[in-house]
Order: sequence, then structure tokens, then C-alpha cells
Amino acid sequence: MFEGKQVVALGERDGIAGPAIVKCVESAGGNVAFSSTECFV
Amino acid sequence: MDLGSQEKIKRLADEHGPEQLLVVLGAPDAESAEIAAETLVLGDPTYAGALAEVQLGLSVYHVLEDDIRGEIPEDVFEDQVGVMADVLEGEEIAEAVKGVREQAPASDGGPGS
Repeated sequence: MFEGKQVVALGERDGIAGPAIVKCVESAGGNVAFSSTECFV
Repeated sequence: MDLGSQEKIKRLADEHGPEQLLVVLGAPDAESAEIAAETLVLGDPTYAGALAEVQLGLSVYHVLEDDIRGEIPEDVFEDQVGVMADVLEGEEIAEAVKGVREQAPASDGGPGS
């Protein structure tokens, strides 16, 4: 799924934050090109 | 979606090609997941950011979707996502994101803009 892809991790403060998604993706061998934690109001 | 994030994602799409990008969302509910997915697939519905009227048709998934979750080692998923997987309406969120993915424009015509 992540092979050869540039992954964008768009977390949200009230859901799952960006750094948590990054760790998940990297542990699965994915390459994260950008991550952020948004605040959807 | 943050205007800064839209700009960064547009730049990455220009640099690598939209088909090389995979977006993983962490939105807390179906509504915000759907808006984020719509922005990345069909363009910014608020017409405020760099993705306004830009149909990138990106591959967008939520971290709770089986396709993504299945790739992540169980212990890492438990550490990083943990109880949120039980608290959030995972199925509803997955349906919302999948619904937007299915509206993606055909990507075999080459980059437009």
C-alpha cells in the first residue's frame, strides 16, 4: 500500500494526531513527505 | 483544511505527481473526514485554499480503514491510535472517505494544470 508512495499524514487534534499517523505509516515501511495536525472547528 | 496544508500538498502533487501521493487522515468524525477527502480529491469546497477548483484525485484513506490498519503492526497501532479506534465511529468514517474516493476523476489523462 505504501510502497513507492509519498505519504501525507493529516491528523486532527480531536481525532488521531499527525505524529501518531507518522509513526504508524513509518512502522509499515511508508515514507512520510508531510504531516500536520489540524484543528477542525 | 488548513490553507498551509493545501499549499504544501499541491506542491507535493506538482513535484511527485498526484498518483504518487497517499493521504492518511486522522479526522475524528465522518463529516470532517469527508470534507478533508473532498478537498484532496475534488478540490477545496470552501474555495479558500490552493486546492480550490483543483481536482487532484488523490488516494485518501482514514487511518482506521482496514486497508491502512492492516498494514500497520498491531503493537504500533495500539500504542499510537489505541482507544481512539474504539471511541471514533470507524465504519461511518470509512464509508464517508470511500464515498469521496469513488468520485475521483479518471487519472489517465495526464496532468491538466
